[in-house]
Amino acid sequence: MKIQRFNWPVWAAFLLSLIALLSYPFVFVRWPITRDFPWANLLLFGIAAALLVLGIRRAFAADRPRRSKIAGVTAATLSLAIFALFIFAAFVAARWLPAARGAPHVGQKAPDFNLSDTNGKTVALSELLTTPIKRKAASTNPRGVLLIFYRGYW
Amino acid sequence: MRSIQDSLERFEEVGIRPVAISVDTPEQSRDLCQKAGYTFTFLSDPKAEAIRRYDLVHAGQGTNGQDIARPAEFLIDSSGTVRWVNLTENYWVRARPEQILEAANALR
Repeated sequence: MKIQRFNWPVWAAFLLSLIALLSYPFVFVRWPITRDFPWANLLLFGIAAALLVLGIRRAFAADRPRRSKIAGVTAATLSLAIFALFIFAAFVAARWLPAARGAPHVGQKAPDFNLSDTNGKTVALSELLTTPIKRKAASTNPRGVLLIFYRGYW
Repeated sequence: MRSIQDSLERFEEVGIRPVAISVDTPEQSRDLCQKAGYTFTFLSDPKAEAIRRYDLVHAGQGTNGQDIARPAEFLIDSSGTVRWVNLTENYWVRARPEQILEAANALR
């Protein structure tokens, strides 16, 4: 009887799909070129798909046992589910943001505020615009302030 | 935030002061700054007052269902006028430092 070899391509495809999913938030999001469009992740998913096709063909070869087919289908289903999750997270859920139509437009006066800094000191926008920026050599008067609103870590 | 820190020298060179704002408490922000090595200003808006004034509230999105800010960047000149705005449509995608520096160079 012929020895049944481990059907590595289906499991490699599954593992690669998992890597393709997780590498976006943990790795590729760091560089704008791989972040703004997740082509690197889609490429990984593409390789996983090729491995999957290869593995499924092996699993369904005439000389393979039933459990090989079950394993193949299971790995393929899981990989597809991971791919669907990625597409959903990257292209659908990531765009669930309020439109912010009332946000200040270019040319408008920026609304002032009084907020606490990390030392608990209250700071106003007007102060941020006038307090000199301390740098190594000298301090300079600011030309502007860049406000970065972010989601926070709650 | 990481990319802002990495370009902090260049921002300060052209006289731009980056300021991050979120609903995090001053303690949480201090923790974040220490862990991540951020040296620019972080402001705390736990009641989302400024966030509401800028119409950036993302209702009920915090872990305990509190209101938080949607990501956005504003460049404000020394007269207090908004000169450049970036309201991203995808929260993974933020303004690149180069884009901001280009807008900053157009100030005054």
